[in-house]
Amino acid sequence: MPFAHIKPGAHIKLGDGVVLLGGALLTMWLALVLWQGGAADKAIIRSGGKIFSEVPLNRDQVITVQGPLGVSTIAIHNLQARIASDPSPRQYCVHQGWLKQAGEIAVCLPNQVSVELTGARKKYDSLTY
Amino acid sequence: MTASPIKLAATAEDHHIARMAALALGLSVLEAAVPSPLPGVKPGLANIVTLIVLARYGWRAAAWVSLLRVVAGSLLMGNFLAPGFFLSLSGALCSLLVLGLARHLPQRWFGAVTHSILAAFAHIAGQLGVVYLWLIPHAGIAYLVPVFAGAALVFGTVNGLVAAHFLNKEPDHTLSLEGEGLGRG
Repeated sequence: MPFAHIKPGAHIKLGDGVVLLGGALLTMWLALVLWQGGAADKAIIRSGGKIFSEVPLNRDQVITVQGPLGVSTIAIHNLQARIASDPSPRQYCVHQGWLKQAGEIAVCLPNQVSVELTGARKKYDSLTY
Repeated sequence: MTASPIKLAATAEDHHIARMAALALGLSVLEAAVPSPLPGVKPGLANIVTLIVLARYGWRAAAWVSLLRVVAGSLLMGNFLAPGFFLSLSGALCSLLVLGLARHLPQRWFGAVTHSILAAFAHIAGQLGVVYLWLIPHAGIAYLVPVFAGAALVFGTVNGLVAAHFLNKEPDHTLSLEGEGLGRG
């Protein structure tokens, strides 16, 4: 150990310890604030690339959207949103289930309908499959 | 050949600052060879020299050493006036500003470790400020802030301990790092 002769205790004064502790608390606080996903508070429903409606998540409701293949049903319940039914052949967006975090998105490509959750912060910038 | 009419009179203090800056420069070149997981996360060993100079010779000398190191270092690395240079410069300026304030803290309780940690946090704050305002104006860099803060805490503490070790070892004003071999005049 080349630095074994450097004894931390001999060089840290009382105020240094306070600053060290303050720095550690600041770092932890930054991590807590900046790294949490962020709760969603709004759902953006798009149809054919255009915004169909923006609805708050705090009111439970069922919304129907007309697409080229038929009607998609979007359910909002308990601050979550999902595509309850959709005429798309493979049902990917329906199987995706409930969306909870801001930034999560369910897209029904064949029927050109999507639901995206937004909040103060997005959890993801983009999603790639 | 006639003697040049232009002659710069260098004082002993100039020589001393140049020696310290050269030492800091050596450390930053050494450090540039160490791979880093994230650009910008590095130990900042040259700051040990800045801290020692600050404690021994005051803020003005520390500012000279720090800024000379940034400018000469960028010339050596080949990024003078490139984004990396402005990142170093903004970090160094913020550190110096904070050091200028921190050195007025009572010396009985606050030593080189305090100076080092505060300067390290000021350094990343200055750098991230430039990154955000100029290079990447996107809120996404907020995700990196805790990483940089953690690095500032760890490396700031370690650098401060090393500086305190040298300062405590030699209470008089000679620095063992500044040997006979390190350039005379």
